[in-house]
Amino acid sequence: MNTGIWNYWVVVFLMMAGLYVVMAKRNYVKKLMGLSIFQVSVIMLYVSMGKVTGGTAPIYVLDGGTPAEGIVYSNALPHVLMLTAIVVGVATTAVGLGLIVRVREAYGSVEEDVVTEQDRAAEAAEARDFAEAGP
Amino acid sequence: MKEQLPVLVVVVPLLTAPLLVLLRAPAAVRILSLLAAAASTAAAVTLALTVEAPISYHLGGWPPPIGIEYRVTQATAFVLALVTTIATFSLLLGARGTRSEVTNGRTHLFYAAFLLCLAGLLGMVVTGDAFNVFVFLEISSLSTYALVAMGRRRRAFTAALNYLILGTIGGTFVLIGIGLLFQMTGTLNALDIARHMTQAEVGGTRTVQVAFAFLVVGFGIKLAVFPLHQWLPNAYAESPSAVSSFLAGTATKVIYFQTMRALLVLFGASYVFGTLRFGLFLGVLSLLGMFAGSLAAIYQTSLKRLLAYSSIGQVGYLTLALSFGSEAGTYAGLLHMGAHAITKTALFVVAAAIVSGVGTDRIDALAGLGKRLPLCAFAFVLGGLGLIGVPGTAGFVSKWALLEAALADGHLGYAAALLLSSLLAVVYVWRVVEVMYFRQPPPDAPAARGLRGYDWGALGPALVLMVASILLGVWSSPITGYVRTAATQLFRGGL
Repeated sequence: MNTGIWNYWVVVFLMMAGLYVVMAKRNYVKKLMGLSIFQVSVIMLYVSMGKVTGGTAPIYVLDGGTPAEGIVYSNALPHVLMLTAIVVGVATTAVGLGLIVRVREAYGSVEEDVVTEQDRAAEAAEARDFAEAGP
Repeated sequence: MKEQLPVLVVVVPLLTAPLLVLLRAPAAVRILSLLAAAASTAAAVTLALTVEAPISYHLGGWPPPIGIEYRVTQATAFVLALVTTIATFSLLLGARGTRSEVTNGRTHLFYAAFLLCLAGLLGMVVTGDAFNVFVFLEISSLSTYALVAMGRRRRAFTAALNYLILGTIGGTFVLIGIGLLFQMTGTLNALDIARHMTQAEVGGTRTVQVAFAFLVVGFGIKLAVFPLHQWLPNAYAESPSAVSSFLAGTATKVIYFQTMRALLVLFGASYVFGTLRFGLFLGVLSLLGMFAGSLAAIYQTSLKRLLAYSSIGQVGYLTLALSFGSEAGTYAGLLHMGAHAITKTALFVVAAAIVSGVGTDRIDALAGLGKRLPLCAFAFVLGGLGLIGVPGTAGFVSKWALLEAALADGHLGYAAALLLSSLLAVVYVWRVVEVMYFRQPPPDAPAARGLRGYDWGALGPALVLMVASILLGVWSSPITGYVRTAATQLFRGGL
């Protein structure tokens, strides 16, 4: 197997697994975990593309106080970008979990089906109340 | 000072937000946030009036493509001015509306999130760096989720959560697209990417096609293009009034501008509409969106939800204009983006005024509003006319441009569909008008109130926006001339 592409297989697997969980699970917490996995896969994608064949860590190799000549370094830029993406991912998960806490307080459940059912019932009750009170 | 304006537009709201959190006192927070938005508006309008050649601002003094570049052209200055103006109007409304809607003790957090959202949207417009677009996209999105969740009913929590899940998928798709472009071009500067894209060994690859797909789907979710629009109705209908009027006029519009730039600048019109033949696909989706959104709007029982579904239909017009892949289409798209932003914001503000007068936004409850709150009903009619595109409103000017662009390319079917879906707009606006003017008010409803009976905090901004929409409709040549040069520049790949 071509090891150069191996990373990308992992990326695609994680990406699809994450998306599947988001779509297939009806529990909000599980959905959010799927979303996290999905976001992590992108971090791996970026980090993989920073690899330069034969490159070393992007820290100057010193040769008597000055940077040595002829050394191949990996590309550091994708790693730096991913620091931002990690922050975004953590923030998203935090906001999402915060919202789930509020949903649980308001509905008493974190299952999408239960919540939707309660919303439907509330809407029907509201329409009924209005029909009775109205002209 | 003047050369710092491109960055000040973004930095002022961005830095005011944490100050608000520290300040806490509701009255001071209201004034300071309004001042920040007004300062940002002043900077954006100054830029719009003075920009001739594109301004390139180098953040931290690092020249592009190494450093991050902010680029102000006529197109970006137009969008900046639009977004900041709408934000200021929404904040004027928010100063009153949020008192009843946001729980006490959270006012400062509400305004902080609002300004962060504004900063994110503005940053997305002004930046010329692809990764920066993602960062600002997430800044605005994350604060939007918090803002939506501050709605009055518990349904706001689920609306925000569903928006968060879909929005994050969209944002991450954009990130993947940008990553793949970076992989192929080795740069993040938008113009630099565009330059590399013209080389055959980059532009013709499968990776670029995949990047295109990811970017388009990502922006498509955020833009609420037809099959990806599920999050929008709930998010708009459940959020506080100041937020729904702000989002309706800015969030999807800024993303639309991003989509335009991705298609026309990053990938280039000849690649997107020539090699990939994306125009037909986008055109069909736009038609479906126009009809599905307008049809769904007809059957809504709540006013805000009706306006939200109408927005999905309007996004269809926007993407249709883009799908022509012509200069006239770009012009029509930019113009309709502006016209619809003003009209829809005004309508959501009117809806806020109605809610604060009637107590609910159920359409059944608005019976006899023409007698109970005549000015609110009248303002809604004006906005509705703008939405339909009646001559004399800004909506007419832009729909006319859209029709001209369709006919210029020989798309007779699209032109017919445009007119047909405008008829659907007549239906859903008429439904509300019929209830407001031709149904008897309930016997226990309070009698007509004098001018003091109105929520002027909401109605005032709404009337100003309505008058602006009509002025732009009657006396449109300065703005159309401006937008035409902006569209020409954008279409030719100038960021």
